[in-house]
Amino acid sequence: MTLISVLLILSCLLLLGSSRLHVAIRVVAIQGVLLGALPLVRSMGDLLHLGIWILALSTIISKGILLPWLMNTCLRLSGIRREIEPFVGFGPSLLCGTALLGLAVWITDRLQLTQAQVPQVLLISSFFAILVGLFLMVTRRKAITQSLAYLIMENGVYGVGVSMSLDFPFIVELGILLDVFVGVFLMGNLLFHLDREFEHLDADKLTELSDLSKSAPVVEAVEENA
Amino acid sequence: MMLLVLTILLPAAAGTASYFIRPHRWRRLLWGTVATVHFVLSVTAVLTITAPPLDHWIGMDSLSAIFLVLTSLLFLGATVYGIGYVAREPVAGQMDFEDGSLFQNEPESVFTGGLLLLLAAMTLAILSRHLALQWVAIEATTLASAPLIYYHQNRRSLEAAWKYLILCSVGIAVALLGIFFLRMTIQEGSHDLTLAALLERAGTLDHRWLSTAFIFMLVGYGTKMGLAPLHTWLPDAHSEAPSPVSAMLSGALLNCAFLGILRVQQICAAAGMASFGGDLLILFGLLSMGLAGAFILRQADYKRMLAYSSVEHMGILALGVGLGGLGLFGSFLHTINHSIVKALLFLTAGNLLSRFHTKDTMKIQGACDALPISGALWIAGFLAVTGSPPFGTFISEFTILRAVLEQGRWVTAALYVLFLLLAFVGMAGIVLRMALGKSELNRVREPLTAVLPPLVFAVLALLLGVYLPGPLADRLQEAAQLLGGMGK
Repeated sequence: MTLISVLLILSCLLLLGSSRLHVAIRVVAIQGVLLGALPLVRSMGDLLHLGIWILALSTIISKGILLPWLMNTCLRLSGIRREIEPFVGFGPSLLCGTALLGLAVWITDRLQLTQAQVPQVLLISSFFAILVGLFLMVTRRKAITQSLAYLIMENGVYGVGVSMSLDFPFIVELGILLDVFVGVFLMGNLLFHLDREFEHLDADKLTELSDLSKSAPVVEAVEENA
Repeated sequence: MMLLVLTILLPAAAGTASYFIRPHRWRRLLWGTVATVHFVLSVTAVLTITAPPLDHWIGMDSLSAIFLVLTSLLFLGATVYGIGYVAREPVAGQMDFEDGSLFQNEPESVFTGGLLLLLAAMTLAILSRHLALQWVAIEATTLASAPLIYYHQNRRSLEAAWKYLILCSVGIAVALLGIFFLRMTIQEGSHDLTLAALLERAGTLDHRWLSTAFIFMLVGYGTKMGLAPLHTWLPDAHSEAPSPVSAMLSGALLNCAFLGILRVQQICAAAGMASFGGDLLILFGLLSMGLAGAFILRQADYKRMLAYSSVEHMGILALGVGLGGLGLFGSFLHTINHSIVKALLFLTAGNLLSRFHTKDTMKIQGACDALPISGALWIAGFLAVTGSPPFGTFISEFTILRAVLEQGRWVTAALYVLFLLLAFVGMAGIVLRMALGKSELNRVREPLTAVLPPLVFAVLALLLGVYLPGPLADRLQEAAQLLGGMGK
């Protein structure tokens, strides 16, 4: 368990500092596998329970294999390799990362857990993953990174759930997993269209619909089509 | 119980089937049938089921009864309108009248399937009495509706769908954290997250965890409900979606997220923390009303104007619930009124859009001249949505005002009235300019499917202002009591 938590923290730091998107996708895939294994590790005594196995396997298959594969396909088709010029550079991002880690520790500390069985390390690393996901979402330009960031955040939420040893009914757990899967799947689908329509995947250029900055892009679009 | 399960499974099955049915006529027939049957089932369920179940995951109390019938009614209206709408939409590519680019609609099967799945997810969200199951359903509504927003497959709808999907998914993820925290409120015994179990043990819940959980769930579901400052995706999504979808999103889907917040507020109220949640809701409510009012004032796009008006009304709902007591009654009544009126307005806006081919308020005048029925409905809808008598919205907004005054919150009362006036003035300028005057377009006969649903909604909105049926009033009363309000 501690090993998985440490790996989770390291992978998040790697994501903060890396500009190569296919590396980032692979790291997120590894996170998915780690998290999928988590319920198995968590419930050592109860390995015969069928539900846990189904859940672990479906998590690993969806978050570790299918979604990364989808992201990779998006990446290949759009032809981008790297995250270029993020709003916060990679070095400063790492620095912020350590600050976020501190924040995660502080949050876990503040929660004042009375239940002794909650593993603090795992909780810290899960909160860290959520924070890193949010951080990546606001500081990176590419739409594909935003969907990766959502996945990282979702991984963190999942981790919090496991560390609080939630005995959600099996069907609800599967429902949550299915929602996340379909969500990222739809994002991937929209990514294809984004690439085709805008010929780039820069989410910060999605500004046609805004009440604050009006209408420069619309004019451009008319010219293109004329 | 079986009846309720059927209201969820029927649209789910039909929605899935829609993707595979090739002939348009059969699919539209299925769509219409399901909408009608769903409405009949919902009404039957509300009339026959009285006692809320204790340990079921799916069940109905007065609160969900109101939301269920409302959602089903709106879906029926949107279906009648929508079947005509998809039949009129061209299959081949068409020119975008705003930026001149070419675009092609999504296949009709995807559209119909998405709408039916959305209905299934919304019904589940309304009926589920397990908070985590409700979360799954609310997230599913996001997923079912994102492709609907992207129906036109042009750049603006793509941008809107992307923002909607990302922001709402992140918001909903925050709500899931809140549900985890809610589980931590239970000190000992089983960690059952059914509403019944939580309410039963409300006295023993840990207050610190409960307040944390409330904040997370308020922020999470508040994003989906469109409470300012988390509303930024809403004007985009609601204005770019095709009009029958906008009507569903504004009139029914926002309510589902609202119900998510209501459930946790219900637990807070049972645990004796009603005022903690209430103060936060009042704050968010006033903020939404003020911000929306400001954006309505200088709005150049009438569908965006309607979307901001939804933000404003979500603020009113949050405010009413936050006040508690009489405010709860007013808030639930206002939910009904707002949904009906907003559906009326979005459907009428769709008629204007298809005749005038622009969303720019400055480019339309003489709507009453060119489209007599839609023009009149547009004015009626404007009067209703701004809470003018004799429409039902006047009664509900006034009830909430009374609740504010009863509690002696003078500042809140002043702001509330000010923001309502702001929205009235902002919308009056825009709507009246669009509706009156002479149009250069000649008068055409409007298709029946396009005017009948908004007409029915307009009549309903008017009737609710004149007469509140006894059984409905009882239901509203009971719903308010669930959250510790007004015990007559």
